[in-house]
Amino acid sequence: MNDASDPLPHYVNRAPYDPDAAEPMSAAQRRFYSASQWTLMWWKLRRHRVAVVSGAFLLLLYLAAAFAEVIAPYDLQSRHTEYLFAPPQRVHLFHDGALTGPYVYGLSVRLDLDNMRWVYSEDRTQIHRLRFFCTADDYPGARYSFWNLFETSFHLVCPAPGGQLFLLGTDRLGRDMFSRIVYGARISLTIGLLGISISLLLGVVIGGIAGYWGGIVDILVQRLIEVVRSFPELPLWMALSAILPVTWSPIAVYLGITVILGLLDWPGLARAVRSKLLALREEDFCLAAQLMGASPPRIIFRHLLPSFSSHLIASATLSIPSMILAETALSFLGLGLRPPITSWGVLLNEAQNINVVALYPWLMLPVVPVILVVLAFQFLGDGLRDAADPYR
Amino acid sequence: MLGYTVRRVLMMIPTLLAISAIVFVIIQLPPGDYFTSYLNELQSRGESVDPNKIAFLKEQYGFDKPLYQQYLYWVGGLLHGDMGYSFEYDLPVRTVVGDRLLLTFVVSFTTILFTWLVAFPIGVYTAVRQYSVSDYSLTFLGFIGLATPNFLLALVLQYLAHVWFGASIGGLMDAQYIDASWSWAKVGSVLAHLWIPVIVIGTSGTAGMIRRLRANLLDELQKQYVVTAHAKGMPPLRALLKYPLRMALNPFIADIGNLLPQVISGAAIVSVVLSLPTTGPMLLRALQSQDMYLAGSFLMFLATLTVIGTLLSDLALAALDPRIRFTGQAAS
Repeated sequence: MNDASDPLPHYVNRAPYDPDAAEPMSAAQRRFYSASQWTLMWWKLRRHRVAVVSGAFLLLLYLAAAFAEVIAPYDLQSRHTEYLFAPPQRVHLFHDGALTGPYVYGLSVRLDLDNMRWVYSEDRTQIHRLRFFCTADDYPGARYSFWNLFETSFHLVCPAPGGQLFLLGTDRLGRDMFSRIVYGARISLTIGLLGISISLLLGVVIGGIAGYWGGIVDILVQRLIEVVRSFPELPLWMALSAILPVTWSPIAVYLGITVILGLLDWPGLARAVRSKLLALREEDFCLAAQLMGASPPRIIFRHLLPSFSSHLIASATLSIPSMILAETALSFLGLGLRPPITSWGVLLNEAQNINVVALYPWLMLPVVPVILVVLAFQFLGDGLRDAADPYR
Repeated sequence: MLGYTVRRVLMMIPTLLAISAIVFVIIQLPPGDYFTSYLNELQSRGESVDPNKIAFLKEQYGFDKPLYQQYLYWVGGLLHGDMGYSFEYDLPVRTVVGDRLLLTFVVSFTTILFTWLVAFPIGVYTAVRQYSVSDYSLTFLGFIGLATPNFLLALVLQYLAHVWFGASIGGLMDAQYIDASWSWAKVGSVLAHLWIPVIVIGTSGTAGMIRRLRANLLDELQKQYVVTAHAKGMPPLRALLKYPLRMALNPFIADIGNLLPQVISGAAIVSVVLSLPTTGPMLLRALQSQDMYLAGSFLMFLATLTVIGTLLSDLALAALDPRIRFTGQAAS
């Protein structure tokens, strides 16, 4: 020991510190104790089977929405005027007991003059074998401009040359339902995310202000929350979307609807932020930050918010379903998105009356992805909420 | 309790005022007014209209006055029970609305009753038989109820009712009663038609209620006093009903405040699909044609219904639970 060069007057043990000296830890324990909060959350979420499956399913859907042009055999607007209200075609594997690969039978059309409707039946003599990973220009609606970047006609699956492929039937203008549902995913899946971003922003800022300053601001915000919450949501949504001028472009209406959805959803999040902040601002680390001269926004966003951001994400995920359902309802009423923007709600707008249920039930199929997505977000949100508190 | 009630009722006033201001702003926001679009429509059809009449009407309804005066005029009218004038029907809003408000109330009230009656046994059952097959299947059914858009359920149920029972499609009563005055036969006809909208509107609320009751009861059942009761040999049914169930009942009352806006929202769209003579379809039309007093009075009525419902649920909760009464804070 060289006392002269030691800057400290008291004794310091220079041996390296061994954290295992008192109580040896196994590698697994060490990994657990040194993991970050997000890692812990991920480990806990991973054990929640349903949530993981839902998350993977949603990821897959968002991927499909991104590559809608490739997955949909036809493009959004291509019409098949000779096949109006065609029922879904079944994909067969065996023809007369021999494996012919995935194929569909051709459709033969006959006009039922008594009921004035087209009657379709499978034409067993025509066999249209599906083509996979095809670059085909030989049918209408094959060419598309991918993300408006370059033109191509590559599809995951194409109908046979001269044949049709209406996996989920066609609508009243002879447009392929499957393709339209795939394209509709783009709008329906993003509207929830955009809406929740607006709602989250409003909720965090307003709830943050109320919770951090308290007092009169808090009382005012609480009253405001009460006022907004006592509106029945859908009539208010209806009123607000009736305001959007008819002259707006479809894109502007789309953005307007997301803002409207977000405008009414924030109270729940704001309330959660407020109550958490009210508790957290009494903590020592917050006092320390204040004494060191940090500004209120810095304290709120840098020190206080991260300690419960996982909770926030979980509750935000849980409000996405109601947004998707709201958009579907508004578009169904004709107050939401307008064609040519196509969402699942816009598609369901075609299924407005009871004749559709009786005659063309496949027009109601867009509800299936709606239900699946809502359920998936619900399960994922439940899982995230359980995982948000990894130390419990 | 009296002090709490008075305080709670007084708190309603600023809330209602704020709501009326928001409603007024919303109905004023669209560019132009009813008369302008009405005039345009007539002119586009090549019909002429007496400009004096329009000017008279505009003056009559204060369209030339500044906005705050229009607002005061409207709110003052509401306080007297005068809901303004519907331009589209050319009648006072009160006459146009007629039975619709009453029927909206009937549908909402029945739906909440339905929600309770269904959610209560199912919630208790799924909590007591946690992780059983029936628990899982009922929970799954509840999730489906949450996730299915109301309007589609309405369509399908209406179709099935038509196919199976031959029920007349849509509406809330048989055709011959629509303009008839109220009689027992009319009430019976309404009741026979009521079940479809009630089931459709009630599903999502019921699903949520089942989940909350189940969670609350499960928390309660794990507590020590329940274990003690079982240990000293209390019959299982009594050990369930005596205290845990009463403790878990709070959401039933506290949730009216949440349930009511949900029910009214659901009713709005379902009644459009089923063409029920409630406020929903008329509100939609009024919004589209900028019939501002009609739309505004509807919105105001729905919001007031919600505020009063929340008030009642808070009062009932305070009456049942002294903890809320004495801290003087509403369960919010």
